[in-house]
Amino acid sequence: MANFDVLILGGGPAGYVCALRSAQLGLTVGVIEREALGGTCVLWGCIPAKSLLESAGLATKLKSAAEHGISLGEITLDYGPAMKRSRAVSQQNSKGVEFLFKKNKVTMLKGEGRITSPKTVVLTGADGKEETHTANKALVIATGSRVRGLPQAGLELNRTSVLSSDEVLVLEKAPKTMAVVGAGAVGCEFADVFNAYGTEVTLIEVAPRILPLEDADCSAELQRAFKKRKIDVVTGAKITAAKVSDAEVTLSFTENGQARTITVEKVLVAAGRAPNVEKIGLEAIGVKKTDRGFIAITPGFETSVKGVYAIGDVAGNQMLAHKGSREGHVLADLLGGQHAHPVNYDNIPSCTYCHPEVASIGLTEEQVKAKGLAYKVGKFPFSANGRARTSGNTDGFVKIIRDEKHGEILGAHIVGASATEMIHELVVARENEFTVEEVDLAVHAHPTLSEAIAEAVLDSMGKMVHA
Amino acid sequence: MATKVMMEALSPTMEEGRLVKWNRNEGDAVAQGDVLAEVETDKAIMELVARGAGVLRARLLAEGDTIAVGKVIAIIAEPNEDIAALVGNQGQSESPPHAQEAGPTAVAAAGTDAMPSPGVAQALGVDPSQGHAPQAMSAPAAPTPGAAPRTTMGQPTAHASEQASHAADHGGRTLASPLARRLAAERGLDIGELRGSGPAGRIVKRDVEEAITRGAALLATARPVSPVAPGADVPEFEDVALTQLRKTIAKRLSESIGPIPTFYLTAEFDLTKVAELRAAMADMGPEFKVSVNDIVLKAVATALSQHPDVNAHWLGDRMRRFNRVHLGMAVAIPDGLITPVIFDAHVKSLRQIAAESRALAARARDRKLQPHEFTGATCSVSNLGMFGIDQFTAIINPPEAAILAIGGLADVPVVEGGQVVVRKRMRVTMSCDHRVIDGAIGAQFLQTLRRMIENPLMLVF
Repeated sequence: MANFDVLILGGGPAGYVCALRSAQLGLTVGVIEREALGGTCVLWGCIPAKSLLESAGLATKLKSAAEHGISLGEITLDYGPAMKRSRAVSQQNSKGVEFLFKKNKVTMLKGEGRITSPKTVVLTGADGKEETHTANKALVIATGSRVRGLPQAGLELNRTSVLSSDEVLVLEKAPKTMAVVGAGAVGCEFADVFNAYGTEVTLIEVAPRILPLEDADCSAELQRAFKKRKIDVVTGAKITAAKVSDAEVTLSFTENGQARTITVEKVLVAAGRAPNVEKIGLEAIGVKKTDRGFIAITPGFETSVKGVYAIGDVAGNQMLAHKGSREGHVLADLLGGQHAHPVNYDNIPSCTYCHPEVASIGLTEEQVKAKGLAYKVGKFPFSANGRARTSGNTDGFVKIIRDEKHGEILGAHIVGASATEMIHELVVARENEFTVEEVDLAVHAHPTLSEAIAEAVLDSMGKMVHA
Repeated sequence: MATKVMMEALSPTMEEGRLVKWNRNEGDAVAQGDVLAEVETDKAIMELVARGAGVLRARLLAEGDTIAVGKVIAIIAEPNEDIAALVGNQGQSESPPHAQEAGPTAVAAAGTDAMPSPGVAQALGVDPSQGHAPQAMSAPAAPTPGAAPRTTMGQPTAHASEQASHAADHGGRTLASPLARRLAAERGLDIGELRGSGPAGRIVKRDVEEAITRGAALLATARPVSPVAPGADVPEFEDVALTQLRKTIAKRLSESIGPIPTFYLTAEFDLTKVAELRAAMADMGPEFKVSVNDIVLKAVATALSQHPDVNAHWLGDRMRRFNRVHLGMAVAIPDGLITPVIFDAHVKSLRQIAAESRALAARARDRKLQPHEFTGATCSVSNLGMFGIDQFTAIINPPEAAILAIGGLADVPVVEGGQVVVRKRMRVTMSCDHRVIDGAIGAQFLQTLRRMIENPLMLVF
């Protein structure tokens, strides 16, 4: 039994940032976590996946080693060591959070938490023992989300042949064949990884294009790159039947009306995440949910129950680590009596780390059209960028959508080798309401990939130099 | 780094302040924006906020004592910092923070005369249509009662409003986003006059959009207001904080026509029904006799009670809208003019107004008016109709925002249904203080007045 100013359910990117910041503001903080610190991001998402993508990128890159005068002999690819490396990286990050908890005197409470009143949580430890902890000032729900699976398509997760990203992340070896169902960020990233490790990958998406939330030009560019790498991309697909055994899965689907059947060793279900709202006692205190099943919050993150807050995936909006972290930070500031700016959900970057990477901020061209805004598009391909040529990464482009009259950057979309790093120039620009003119006025170093941003901006004004 | 806490000019006219109460003790940790003390200004009790963070090391003014604006009254410093030199220099005058700077920062603590911190609710509010945080953000509980909720998103006050203060305060440099500048320039708005809601009071797109919306809202239809009876449980007036747009309008117009930027609206009313009403009443007996002027006074009073934005005073740093009508009536006296007041004219019957105006005019001519009988008008009327004047413009009696100049009744040929007919008409010219009343507002008032004068039976309702 312990008393805390702030008691947080969940030690993921939302919860742990909220914990650290609250502690730094002088509040006593307890974090209940059933697994390890870092949440999906550190343990089963962003971090291990990026480690694997780095391995995949290297595997692909080495194929052109000879061009650089590097002889490697025969290249063999083994997913196992890459997986182990990713686990080690993940562990390091989790330990890093543990260290930060100690340093900032945040108490980690291992076990499952169940809310019993707006101020109390019963913790069940691994030994089954129960203890009650009290939140004096705020009870924060940051329980995250999980892969939902696609039972409606006959794809119930079974841990042997129908897998979620959690299981794929610990596969000892790359399967010969794999169907990835769902071509959002997770699906595209794993299609990329396994393709690099020699798996025959079929990427299946119900929407008419992969990365359906990104700008259509980005989807098309990535699809082109994937097809070039022999990833079988199926869009506009409808799964009609799934025959599942532990050894293999036979999937029947229609591709633009045409029926197709494939048999694969593994299916990765990368579609649909569900908020973790069950078994944590929300009903006991009457926390209200949205129509989509997320916890309903005010802009100050408070739920329908006074003193109970929700942040991160479980609270809706973009299910992204950096969105959750920002919410955690802002909530901590509010709890600590600091001045805080509300989270600007319209300016949260979206990143997919496959090869080439895809990154965006703001509106897509479709959305701009739907809003009826007058706009201009500027675009510059990396094939015309010197630095991209030197690195041999000439896939992709920078696309800028600006307001026709005032030059406001309505949206920016990058496909390319370092897209996820480059996008921040435009995140900063948008956050500070720089127009395309200010971005142009800022001198971009030569030779860099970022010059493509400057050129795309100029193009949007009809002034591209390297045209 | 030590911060000297000075008596700030918490109202535009404040020259000295009385320290009512210290909210923090020596040795207390203070954050920027914390309320250090309550200070009585010439107008109200206001909060004095910390402009630096650290420990409140020394309080140099006792509660109840008064000190001039700009004098050091406390020192905020690091716990171990040597502040002997600073304490020794107490009473030394510092360049006082300008009232403009302190004005929006200070939060009224008490007193009906206190200036509400204008628009601080918007300091963090974001355009809800953009899916950002709306203004009614719920604030989580704060660690220290009193001080902390002010710095949350829900109730941004001292610190937040400081951030929301004039961007021009940053060493003469206006902090504004390039996009905001473009939008403002396009709309002809002076960016320096806008309130910034971004980091450190930076003016961003939503601030410009808000200013534009506010400007449009000012032209919205006057709301009908039911008359407030004397003694009713309703405040007699409502002070309206000046929006940045209103401040800009005031400044610009005063520069153009000063000091009261007046404009004039003239309307010609048909008095056919007034004449009929008067005839009918005269038939009922001499005690029912009313003059055209009485009916006009009654109509103006009733119309004003429905248009508090016209029934208003300009007070320099705010506008005061009255919920009661005290109608001034200009009376010519041998060596000048005086404006006795019919108090609560909006709830007085035509008969009371007739009797009172006659009595006041007589006492005015006999120079028997007491000061309380010719001060306190919320709006005034001047009638030169009896001198055969068709139309004229009257001079506003400040701080009133309007005056109505009533011309004489005349038979005028009017086209009605294609026929020229003779009608009794009267011209009314309204002088408006443009700082308070915009054209449309004044016009809407005259519409109401026309409806009443052309249908005088409304006045007996």
